[in-house]
Amino acid sequence: MSDKTSGNLTRRSILAAGAGAALAMPGIGKAQSNWPNRPVTFVVPWGAGGGTDATARVVAAILEKEFGQPFNVINRTGGSGVVGHSAIATAAPDGYTIGMVTVEITMMHHQGLTELRPTSYTPLALMNEDPPGVTVNASSPYADVKALADAIKAAPAGRFKASGTGQGGIWHLALIGWLQAMNLKPDHVAWVPSNGAGPAMQDLAAGGIDMVTCSVPEARTMIDAGRAKSLAIMSAQRNPLFANVPTLNETLGISYSVGAWRGIGAPNGLPAEIQTRLVAALKKAYDSKEYQDFMANRGFGVRWADPAGFAAFMAAGDQAMGSAMKAAGLAKT
Amino acid sequence: MAAFQQALVLVFDWNMMLTILLSACFGIVVGALPGLTATMATALLVPVTFFMPPAQALAAIVTATAMAIFAGDIPAAMLRMPGTPASAAYTDESFAMAKKGRLDLNLGVNLVFSVLGGLVGVAVLIVSAPLLAEFAISFSSFEYFWLACLGLTCAVFIATEDPLKGFVALFIGLLIGCIGIDPAAGYPRFTFGTVVLLEGISFIPMMIGMFAVSELIRSSTTLDGRATIIAQKVGNLFKGVGAVWKKYQFNFWRGSVIGTVIGALPGAGADIAAWISYAVSKKFSKEPEKFGTGHIEGIVDSTSANNSALAGAWIPALVFGIPGDSITAIVIGVLHMKNMNPGPSMFIENAHIMYAVFIIFIIANLLMLPLGWAAIKASRHILSVPRNILVPLILLMCIVGSFAITNSVNAVVIMLVGGLLGWLMEENGFPVAPVILGLVLGEMLESNFMTSMIKADGSLIGFFSRPIAATLGVMTIVIWIWMLAVQMKPKVLSHKAK
Repeated sequence: MSDKTSGNLTRRSILAAGAGAALAMPGIGKAQSNWPNRPVTFVVPWGAGGGTDATARVVAAILEKEFGQPFNVINRTGGSGVVGHSAIATAAPDGYTIGMVTVEITMMHHQGLTELRPTSYTPLALMNEDPPGVTVNASSPYADVKALADAIKAAPAGRFKASGTGQGGIWHLALIGWLQAMNLKPDHVAWVPSNGAGPAMQDLAAGGIDMVTCSVPEARTMIDAGRAKSLAIMSAQRNPLFANVPTLNETLGISYSVGAWRGIGAPNGLPAEIQTRLVAALKKAYDSKEYQDFMANRGFGVRWADPAGFAAFMAAGDQAMGSAMKAAGLAKT
Repeated sequence: MAAFQQALVLVFDWNMMLTILLSACFGIVVGALPGLTATMATALLVPVTFFMPPAQALAAIVTATAMAIFAGDIPAAMLRMPGTPASAAYTDESFAMAKKGRLDLNLGVNLVFSVLGGLVGVAVLIVSAPLLAEFAISFSSFEYFWLACLGLTCAVFIATEDPLKGFVALFIGLLIGCIGIDPAAGYPRFTFGTVVLLEGISFIPMMIGMFAVSELIRSSTTLDGRATIIAQKVGNLFKGVGAVWKKYQFNFWRGSVIGTVIGALPGAGADIAAWISYAVSKKFSKEPEKFGTGHIEGIVDSTSANNSALAGAWIPALVFGIPGDSITAIVIGVLHMKNMNPGPSMFIENAHIMYAVFIIFIIANLLMLPLGWAAIKASRHILSVPRNILVPLILLMCIVGSFAITNSVNAVVIMLVGGLLGWLMEENGFPVAPVILGLVLGEMLESNFMTSMIKADGSLIGFFSRPIAATLGVMTIVIWIWMLAVQMKPKVLSHKAK
């Protein structure tokens, strides 16, 4: 409480000191030096309780401590992420609405679902990246990913079925990338759309499909319950929490990797001063023991990029996704 | 076992106890007020559950609904107005008893047999749900497709008097369910290019509208004076209940079993359970001529049935994600909001929460005895809450609740439209429950059908290629043919007569 009072006092004195400047530059100057003097809305395009939501809540809690104002996490779900992403992009760029931008922003516009693309945001920071895995039923005959890969190559197109998310979702593209790296057609393994990784894992346990290409943390509960086993992870390094799961590179010599990532963004046109302060706070949050421990516990990967790096990362991802989706016939244009 | 211990820790926590106690009181008040239903109690709890951990949210719903279904019996006897539709089957009987000066016995029997019936339903839930879940873990999209078909079939034929009107309502629900991004290919449908419709019609605001707002509209159009409360002092409630138990023990078991089974059938809830068991009781009674004159026999059957139905409805909801009644339809929505997918994997991933729900069910039913007694004693005060304060208060809670679901005004609009639609439909004799079931099961039906077709490379044989799927499929088709035959029969006969 005393913290807040002193904060108010400081703000007031700053206001008084900067009154002349504010007169000269009405509006903008005032808004910036004041920020944040009321609660900030933190939009999450995915449901409460999921991995994205949990990550957002940890980050929001740290930002709240940092700025002394509530950062309210609001879940705007639906429309495969379009609804939440558009809520962030269309908000006023005053620093009072920021949000979680996820990998879907590099994919949805290729499908013709939205006009939004990575450049619709003021990038703030990249916070995490999770590589896909290859998970099969616990009673599957394939002991390792090599045996599975050989069986896939030998089988006629469409014999094997995989799932993990909706049609054209990130884990679908992970599969396509893997197949292309093996010189197979994108539809050599048929994709069975599902409403996220959870239902796909359930169907895998029920024997309805042959494999799931979601990230390993998402497959974790079924693996822990002894219903599924993880054969490989599509990334450069192994996941420390699942150290016995090899990478594709180790077993097949394929260095292909694509991941689901989460970053923080704000509407376009965010004042540079607010951006700088937010990025500094996000960097602090990223480096905090709280954040690192939370991500490690969940088995989530961490990856940092500053605004410039994040923008370049998104642009590269956008291009890669665009060509992969075009090759797979998933892109609309 | 570890999960069971975790569940105990979850339940025996003062926060949880407070939640249970408060939602019990809330449930009693809502149930006792004519026109406010157990479904409405659940809908009004939604915004509150938003701020609770999953187990606590479920506890609030379980307790409030159990209390509401019993509390509905109080105004039935005192005012000849059922507190919830679940008491409608025996309202006249109860009131006739009260007029004969046996209000004490009537309320005592209602209370004790509600508790016992509820416990039977809970016992069935506890035993069958984990077993079914273990079985259902091997269900793939083929099996779920048939389950969704069975669920929709039940919705039309069991839950409604007129199948034609039931079909109309169901198709309205299925059509509304088509709005938004299509689950298989990811293409937007019926969105008219707007982002708002891209997320589809969220069914909780729709339900709040159809079950709560429509009721408010109805009560506003028929705003008459307060009904007179029967002038009788409530004495010792439990006097004579023992004798009833001895005489009608069989009725109690029969009612509870019928209630649980009907509760477990998709779309049919406590109200239909009460109607059916009352009818069964009358049909097999040795003294059917006494029914309707203030006879306790049918009340034993049906008051046990409606409380057991409540727990029964949770069986398909938890195991398959198919709601057994309108209350569990909301529960499924609440679980989704907590990012828990109702289905067999919940018993693996969140076993402790499942156990906690079971324990809470037992606690809620036991708590019903003292709280129900207190509610009967205080009924005069509860029943005299003025409507003109109540109605705006409920509308306010509906609006807040809908807003909380999606954090947008869109949901409030959906709620209001749903309310108007629900009111218009019910005024014209169309049931509302199939709309909700269509909305909830529509996506399940569609996505499982599409998924199955992709898996089977477009061949319909796939739906019969797995043993369980084949059994369910044959069952579904036999039920359809049988129902068609029953529907056609009178017409065929009348044709022959001509």
